[in-house]
Amino acid sequence: MCDTCGCSADSGAVLRKPGESDYHVHVSESGHGDHHHEGDHNHEHGHHHNEKKSRTIALEQDVLHKNNLLAERNRGYFEARNIFALNFLSSPGSGKTSLLEKIIPFLQKHFSVAVIEGDQQTTNDAVRIQALGVPVIQINTGSGCHLDALMVNSAVKELELQDNSLLCIENVGNLVCPAMFDLGEALKVVIISVTEGDDKPLKYPTMFHEADICILNKIDLLPYVDFDARKCRENAMRVNHHLEWFDISAKTGEGLPVWLEWIENKLKRR
Amino acid sequence: MHEMSMALSIVEAVETKAREEGAGRISGIDLVIGKLAGIQSESLKFCFSAAAKGTLAEEALLQVEEPEGRGECGECGRMFPVSFYYAECPDCRSLRVKIVSGEEFLIQSITIEDQEGE
Repeated sequence: MCDTCGCSADSGAVLRKPGESDYHVHVSESGHGDHHHEGDHNHEHGHHHNEKKSRTIALEQDVLHKNNLLAERNRGYFEARNIFALNFLSSPGSGKTSLLEKIIPFLQKHFSVAVIEGDQQTTNDAVRIQALGVPVIQINTGSGCHLDALMVNSAVKELELQDNSLLCIENVGNLVCPAMFDLGEALKVVIISVTEGDDKPLKYPTMFHEADICILNKIDLLPYVDFDARKCRENAMRVNHHLEWFDISAKTGEGLPVWLEWIENKLKRR
Repeated sequence: MHEMSMALSIVEAVETKAREEGAGRISGIDLVIGKLAGIQSESLKFCFSAAAKGTLAEEALLQVEEPEGRGECGECGRMFPVSFYYAECPDCRSLRVKIVSGEEFLIQSITIEDQEGE
């Protein structure tokens, strides 16, 4: 049972806003957190059978069909309103939120920016983003290990997105599951930091295969760690030779101008 | 553990179909999980038994076909089997290989048992 509103939604994602402890919306297909659970509409069929019969029915349906359809709806909405949506993916602690904290102050001088934060629990990241003065919503996935298109669809309804803007979606820190779920973003950005292993692209190839952009973060720490940046890039390129690559330190700002220019060009061209 | 959400999606999809067909229960589900789909079929089967509890698919037998991946060389066009995302063309050694199949994850068909006569 949900301990906030007492409904029976014991699993499933919840939307939260930093600083508003009363705000609490369950992600459900019926829309704005009203707890009408769908399904189980047991329509009776008129025909009766006298003996048990077994039949095979072809489906040929993608298991992710429902997510993919909804992701395309999100994508269509973003395209119609000229919203550039980026899905940020990485393992926990590689600096997704720090990177957003660093780039948003520059970008918001010229463009509207909004953020969707995904974590299993807490509004900590949303609080950090809210301090920058941009609209933010937190998705708490509970036991879930990734964001899906329905969660993003619900979150977008709660955010007042501007036309011609940038939407940053920070996925749950996890290099495995989020790779499978299209959210409707324009591009996927995978972040890896130099405190991880340079063989990560080989260990988690699905994520690097799905990504469009790879950011190597914390490069200010390179002198102190056994991380071969060239090898890491080579490994990533073996998995996905289309990857665009940026070396960055979200802490010192090194490499940031190149990445910012890239985003600004994408936003201007739209 | 995305296999659990996948298992739940499968149960939802097959139950919807089975109800449309007026089935009493689902006895079999045929899946196609490409070797490059990023899904562990053993883990999926494990999750499925939990996900299907109390549904029409509770007793369904999962049959999984796992086709090999195939790649196409971006330089010379040769097609060859690949077992991983980083593949090298056996002819020209190029690493510019496009995965053409092996990433599919489909519910191919279901076998349903009609409801017993009333």
